Amino acid sequence: MKPRSKRLILLGSAVALLVGAVALVLTAFQQNLVFFHTPTEVAAGKAPVERVFRIGGLVEEGSIARNDDGYTVRFAITDTAQVIPVTYRGSLPSMFQEGKGAVVQGKLTSDGLFVATEVLAKHDENYMPVEAQYALDKAHQANQTVQY
Amino acid sequence: MTTDTLNRAERSRSLFRFAAPQVFYPIAGRLAPWFAGIAAVLTVVGLYIGFFVAPTDFQQGEVYRVIFIHVPAAWMSMLIYLVMAFWAAVGLVMNTRLSFMMSQALAPTGAMFCFVALWTGALWGKPTWGTYWVWDARLTSQLLLLFLYLGFIALTRAIEDSRRADRAGAIIALVGAINVPIIYFSVQWWNTLHQGASVSLTKAPSMATTMLSGMLIMALAAWAYTFAVAFWRVRSLILERERHTDWVGAELEAEAKRQ
Repeated sequence: MKPRSKRLILLGSAVALLVGAVALVLTAFQQNLVFFHTPTEVAAGKAPVERVFRIGGLVEEGSIARNDDGYTVRFAITDTAQVIPVTYRGSLPSMFQEGKGAVVQGKLTSDGLFVATEVLAKHDENYMPVEAQYALDKAHQANQTVQY
Repeated sequence: MTTDTLNRAERSRSLFRFAAPQVFYPIAGRLAPWFAGIAAVLTVVGLYIGFFVAPTDFQQGEVYRVIFIHVPAAWMSMLIYLVMAFWAAVGLVMNTRLSFMMSQALAPTGAMFCFVALWTGALWGKPTWGTYWVWDARLTSQLLLLFLYLGFIALTRAIEDSRRADRAGAIIALVGAINVPIIYFSVQWWNTLHQGASVSLTKAPSMATTMLSGMLIMALAAWAYTFAVAFWRVRSLILERERHTDWVGAELEAEAKRQ
């Protein structure tokens, strides 16, 4: 065998072993690599108890309500299967909206209310002109009118 | 010897010809200005489309326009690392000096693009997510890429003996290359704050056409820029390493005469 081929095989096996090792490590730390838990996971009791963690999902339509102090806001995070009620004191990111993605960080109380200390907006990977969204909304409305 | 093996030997010899620093030096010098010109034209066109032609986004308003720099920079930072690792592997297996030089010529450009991606990403994160930085899988692995670049540059510069520097750098390049697919797939494998890919080989792009064309033109500009800068840098590396040879002396004399 040429020394060149020998080196190639050596290098190939070293890289393959390394990839295997990294894959094992990543699988082992799967839980820690997740940035947020889904409401379904939280409802199933898979989220950490008595520890700060994050829940990610959509802000449920019609769920945003402000307390009289004007500072505390209540809303619900959903993945369309489960709903987690959230309370938060502080300012919200400008892209925080009903029906849009959000990630909240905080603790779950014993009665199932999530007390958030930080709220982040999560946007998706879709980009389109304002006009296109307007047309989509109109088409959606037209569709609904037909159904009723 | 049959004709077939003869042809193969001839062909491989002709490819290896370009691996000789004195052959590649003038070629790189002739190509670099062309790539620089292409990069300049594409950048002007791409930025014009991005900032004046592409429509406002329905969700993010004007702030989405950062993608015309952010995404090409992020793509390039990942691609350059893979190319570096490729040349490092070729160098280790074939013992070609030029491969290592190519690998080292690419590193500062990759680091620059990586930094630009992180920086523009932070500036994008604040108005959209509400934070400059989070430790999610995508952002953290991209930061690791910057450290790998800086580590590679520091290590190859720190070792005096160029043959040992080449080998040490090649190991970082190869080991670190594992991080690149992790960056790319992080948004699929784990829940991240960072959104998924808008453009991929497996599905239709989830972007309006003008927006997409602006971004792709900027990506091509980044490619052309990388070629130009890497060629210029590899020429300096060749001169530095081959300074004791006759051909470098002759080359420098000829260049001095031309000026």
